[in-house]
Amino acid sequence: MPVPCRGGCGNNAVLKRPKTGDALCKECFFWAFETEIHYTITKAELFNKGDSVAIGASGGKDSTVLAYVLKTLNQRFNYGLNLMLLSIDEGITGYRDDSLETVKQNRDDYEMPLKILSYKDLYGWTMDEIVAQIGRKNNCTFCGVFRRQALDRGAAMLGVKCIATGHNADDIAETVLMNVLRGDIARLKRCTAVATGSEGTIPRVKPLKYTYEKEIVMYAHYKKLVYFSTECVFAPNAYRGHARALLKDLEKIRPACIMDIIYSGETMSVKEQVSLPTQRICSRCKFVSSQEVCKACVLLEGLNKGLPKLGIGKSSKAKRMLEEYNAKQAEKETVLKDVIQDLNDTSISDDTGHKNRKKDSNKENASNGESCNKNNCCGGSCRSKTNVDVAASNKKLDMLLEQYGLDDNTSDKKSIKENGVTDTNVSDENGVTDTNISDHSDDETPFNGQEEDDTCSSACGGISVGF
Amino acid sequence: MAEPIHLTLLFAGGAELLFDRVKRRDVVLPDLKDYLPDCGSEKWTVRQLVLWIREFLLKEREALFLQGDEVRPGILVLINDEDWELCGTMDYELQNKDSVMFISTLHGSTSVTSRIELYTP
Ligand SMILES: [Zn+2]
Ligand SMILES: [Zn+2]
Repeated sequence: MPVPCRGGCGNNAVLKRPKTGDALCKECFFWAFETEIHYTITKAELFNKGDSVAIGASGGKDSTVLAYVLKTLNQRFNYGLNLMLLSIDEGITGYRDDSLETVKQNRDDYEMPLKILSYKDLYGWTMDEIVAQIGRKNNCTFCGVFRRQALDRGAAMLGVKCIATGHNADDIAETVLMNVLRGDIARLKRCTAVATGSEGTIPRVKPLKYTYEKEIVMYAHYKKLVYFSTECVFAPNAYRGHARALLKDLEKIRPACIMDIIYSGETMSVKEQVSLPTQRICSRCKFVSSQEVCKACVLLEGLNKGLPKLGIGKSSKAKRMLEEYNAKQAEKETVLKDVIQDLNDTSISDDTGHKNRKKDSNKENASNGESCNKNNCCGGSCRSKTNVDVAASNKKLDMLLEQYGLDDNTSDKKSIKENGVTDTNVSDENGVTDTNISDHSDDETPFNGQEEDDTCSSACGGISVGF
Repeated sequence: MAEPIHLTLLFAGGAELLFDRVKRRDVVLPDLKDYLPDCGSEKWTVRQLVLWIREFLLKEREALFLQGDEVRPGILVLINDEDWELCGTMDYELQNKDSVMFISTLHGSTSVTSRIELYTP
């Protein structure tokens, strides 16, 4: 027997809203759905009249609904926005081909300009090529890190005022849960923000922040919006899978829990003693980063140096990798020493050690400069180097940079340590530190704490729903 | 002998991927007494339909569609294009010529799929 619409319009209801429990007819649901998003936008003053706004478009349900609703609201309420679609082509065979078709459909249906940027264009690597290097297990890290920056770069190219992404209420609640489960206080503080962005960066806004996933899907269904759904081609992260499933189980029992979790995240206050990493600009590529050198730059450096697992994965692996690398380096050093020993055999006595070090430093400097010009690690911008504040840098990153000769100060730092007391313990000590840091924050999340979405948004099937 | 029940089953939002990528199936349910003599129900409800779907239609990764014997949270169900939450969810009594639609929200944006895939209760 039909349920009457709560809106008092005389129609029969077609759905029960999870947020309010109201039974609504199609028309009343559309109105409520759109009006709430309008309210989110105006309350938080996400846009200003005349702004150019890039909608991060993946062809998935969230970004499709976002594009449709923003277009609708822009007309209805005279926002005066110049809306456009921004898509990233990761170069995953079989995945993007179809979803990009959907984005093109969005472009035609909603009459918005579309910009597609490829990883190949931005980084010199497609995801397929990265997978060939790294296997399927860790590619989500690459995909997510690259995607995040790709959006910023794309937005900069388009000259837009802000980027709108399709993160919905379920995504935010899930992220709050995740951050609590991981004790990631910095992200916990940031992840519920409806608009993020620091000085000098293009802000991201989330107009669907309070919109339930169920309603997004129902809206798309009743509006007959075409979106692309596919499976993740690659292996995903298990931990977040649990959080998502838990959230869905809770929602079934008490749908309000999603709003409540967001509310908890929003209102939770952090003790003042808790030190939070400040957001800053990557010294190499100049995009936002919580570290001296951003994650994208570290990952790229690893790829380009033939050490693709640099900066990702389990700490034990990274440690082993570093040990192997160190062993190789030590081997090289021994060979070098022998050669120098041979050369100097006749004349040198107690000066040998010092000379060896000097030679090593020179060698490293040379290979340093060479690799950086070759590598195209930050789309070219890394060539303009800046000094690295050693003390302020993350320990793990420091170590990695040092080990792989990523920055200008490498040789200086190395010689300082070599001359220092801890000479023999350097790698061990760092290894331990690495383990601690990684156990805390790794798994899926590298040490770039700039965003709440840890790995890829939608492309390779990683983590946050993306765009 | 009860009237046979003809149903239209629809799979969308990625749910079709678990069913040979077929989005629409017209099916006829057998007599419930023959199919599940011990289920304690006289009439077909969504509860029995889900079991029948699992046995005869579901091709892969059951955990993406079911949780125990019920529809996995995150799969939306529409009966005659209406939210099943308005008509009793699992206990809705199926009528001849009903359409039952399953829309996955777990696939819609690819990423979520994978989260659930690794979830083993
Ligand atoms: Zn109504
Ligand atoms: Zn960078």
